[in-house]
Amino acid sequence: MKFDTPAATNPIDQLKVVGQPADRIEGPLKATGTAPYAYERHDAAPNAAYGYVVVSTIARGRIRSLDASRARRAPGVLAVITAETAGPLDKGQYNTVRLLGGPEIQHYHQALGVVVAETWEQARAAAALVQVQYQEAPGRYDLAKLKNAAAVAPPGFGGPPDTARGDFDGAFASAPVKLDATYSTPGHAHAMMEPHATVAAWNGDQLTVWTSNQMIDWSRGDLAKTLKIPKEKVRLVSPFIGGGFGGKLWVRAEAVLAALGAKAVNRPVKVALTRPVMFNNTTHRPATIQRVRIGATPDGKITAIGHESWQADQEGGSSDPHVNQTRLLYAGANRMTRTRLAKGDLPEANAMRAPGEASGMMALEIAMDEMAEKLGLDPVDFRIRNDTQVDPEKPHRPFSQRQFVQCLRQGADHFGWSARNPRPGQTRDGRWLVGLGVAAAFRGAPVQTSAARVRLEAGGLLVVETDMTDIGTGSYTIIAQTAAETMGVPLHHVRVRLGDSDFPVSAGSGGQWGAASSTSGVYAACMKLREQVAGKFGFDPGQTAFQDGQVRSGGKAFPLAQAAGLVAEDAIEFGKLGEQQELSTFGAHFVEAAVDPYTAEIRVRRMLSVCAAGRILNPKSARSQVIGAMVMGVGAALMEDLVVDKRRGFFVNHDLAGYEVPVHADIPHQEVIFLDEVDPAASPLKAKGVGELGICGAAAAVANAVYNATGVRVRDYPVTLDKLLAGMPQVA
Amino acid sequence: MTARVSFEVNGQRRDLELDTRTSLLDALREHLKLTGTKKGCDHGQCGACTVIVDGRRINSCLTLAVMHEGAKVTTIEGLGTPEAMHPMQAAFVKHDGYQCGYCTPGQVCSAVAVLEEIRAGVPSHVTPDLGDRPKVTAEELRERMSGNICRCGAYSNIVDAMTEVAGSRA
Repeated sequence: MKFDTPAATNPIDQLKVVGQPADRIEGPLKATGTAPYAYERHDAAPNAAYGYVVVSTIARGRIRSLDASRARRAPGVLAVITAETAGPLDKGQYNTVRLLGGPEIQHYHQALGVVVAETWEQARAAAALVQVQYQEAPGRYDLAKLKNAAAVAPPGFGGPPDTARGDFDGAFASAPVKLDATYSTPGHAHAMMEPHATVAAWNGDQLTVWTSNQMIDWSRGDLAKTLKIPKEKVRLVSPFIGGGFGGKLWVRAEAVLAALGAKAVNRPVKVALTRPVMFNNTTHRPATIQRVRIGATPDGKITAIGHESWQADQEGGSSDPHVNQTRLLYAGANRMTRTRLAKGDLPEANAMRAPGEASGMMALEIAMDEMAEKLGLDPVDFRIRNDTQVDPEKPHRPFSQRQFVQCLRQGADHFGWSARNPRPGQTRDGRWLVGLGVAAAFRGAPVQTSAARVRLEAGGLLVVETDMTDIGTGSYTIIAQTAAETMGVPLHHVRVRLGDSDFPVSAGSGGQWGAASSTSGVYAACMKLREQVAGKFGFDPGQTAFQDGQVRSGGKAFPLAQAAGLVAEDAIEFGKLGEQQELSTFGAHFVEAAVDPYTAEIRVRRMLSVCAAGRILNPKSARSQVIGAMVMGVGAALMEDLVVDKRRGFFVNHDLAGYEVPVHADIPHQEVIFLDEVDPAASPLKAKGVGELGICGAAAAVANAVYNATGVRVRDYPVTLDKLLAGMPQVA
Repeated sequence: MTARVSFEVNGQRRDLELDTRTSLLDALREHLKLTGTKKGCDHGQCGACTVIVDGRRINSCLTLAVMHEGAKVTTIEGLGTPEAMHPMQAAFVKHDGYQCGYCTPGQVCSAVAVLEEIRAGVPSHVTPDLGDRPKVTAEELRERMSGNICRCGAYSNIVDAMTEVAGSRA
């Protein structure tokens, strides 16, 4: 099915199932511990041997010698595989650095090999016996020092590295009110709860991996490419994924090593990364330095807006588009953005939830708060004054839907924003200093080709198969809702099978495109099935209704179950609607923070997000996506910080005790309001994604609330008490 | 080196001969194939491996299996099944107290134990007065649940689920 004209009225608009807050259909499996995750596939690959990964303890250099002889002789050991013994390997298309290092070492904790043994305890003990001598080389680890040597970023998924319209320099120089501020954000770790894990088994030259991966087809291709075998010889299965956030978009070392290990010992092998290895072995969200310049008239109209970003990555890496939102969010005739990428030697930087906007909004939305204060304007009002209904760089290009102002207004009303004291550091509640903060939320609404197969089985059961993944996003449920609505059956008559490369290729889970794209693919397959069913009963498909398990046309009706045995497969292919109009999602975050005046301890007390993101397919799971993203925003604001050892080149705090993420006690009750919206230009379901919108701007709203509470402006995330203490106001 | 150990898991006696280095978590997941208990960090930092041993919740990754001779272990599988869920499991489904589901068994085991701890009068860091019995407040639940990380950020929903279960039992 081609989607190249805006969606008209279609079966989804009945909203009998779609749009309802259904419980997750796989929920009971998760709540009872019976959902099988990758490392747990005793059923699929019994008698698996255990692999333990050996990693580099230097960041850059060469292996002088690697002695695995003691490990090979250790109890229970079946094989030790290193670059020397692995045979020739390629590098995946989506990987920047090689997944098996040696003799050259590219980063700290790069995998150097795997020890395979009868038990995990034996493999771990033997791995500690592998003796490696290194020739260490100097590396580049300090972004502040690399910044000036940073090159123009190669054009990537985020658009061109330089954009300009009008005369930014002239307009900024002559602006009556201006802000020129530099912000920094540290690296972030995905820190999903399930470590990267794979069970691999060979049957002749056919490899099956049960793994934890967001993008089945990408990773099937990349695993095949890495192992230098044909893609069709690889089957990748990933029905349950214990969190990804972008960290499982790619094949990682454990999958390659499990495959190599299983080949070597001629039986299934399972490998999981240990938690302390994940932070440096895998990918992370890159640290940034960002400069934001805003010029405005005294009445608060932006006349010039500029955003520059610097980051570093390994040779061959790409940049996150941190300036993206600044191209689209606010009006202003004169504008510029620049993205610069330096070469560095920390572990590979790559996508993490809302790559680009998540970090970019952390800077831009503090800058907007600072600018509002300079102008003497309320920060909600300042944003509303600079709304635009067209792409500011290409004014002929409208937004398909843009309820940004409504998000701000409704949120301000609901949150009690009018009670905010614009003078910071003034409001007390008992011993606490209290502040309110606001920030915009903005994220694009990309879509990808996505296919599915639907089959009517005996008894009227509808089976949907697609290699789409559910990483906690709710894919199982919204896909079932889509199929149920389109075929006119109750939700419990639908079975959804996901995450298997034997199924039609879907959009996968990434970039906030999963929900809109994968449900569209299922819709396309169901519409094809409807044609077949109508044909079977001799009906005109255009004049046939599918309701309550019945197929009706011209006064005749048949049970849908009578069409059992029919199978349809189709894909949604998106045309150019997203070029003619800007498809984006919008929101507004409101936060109340309290700060202890003596210790500067920060407590988030209330959080609200108002979102406008097209049709919400399931308000229950969509709300969970947004509150979860807000939690990650609190982490980015207050605690998450991959601390770099600039001498040795690694992330020091590489476990869940050192790399702090929000826990229960950090998070208050959270509210989410979805504005009524359908976006016919977005997809047949008139839906867009919402999984990443909630993190964009959330951190800045927290930082702005802390500023309003204390009067101390921190431009270097995370906002921790040591950065506040010196400037805290005197209190009685 | 191996050793024999016998304990009860979900009401069933289990006799194992284990490498003495085997954690209780790995005994459950790899030897008894009770994979509902999750390994998130293996260092006592995340709570995904929480099980209830002799009525008390513990991180099963931080204890060796052979230390539990004669113990009574309850895992997530012992609380309920998809067809017959424990009230806490049902409340997690109703309130969407999860997303990816990986921390969920640990959250559920912790949540069940937390309500018992409050009922038994065990105070926490946020209990206002040690002379009073602790109450089921959102603050108490958040404090007591803070050893169970949910990176998907379902905290607000988990507190709702626990509050409902606590209320319906009172």
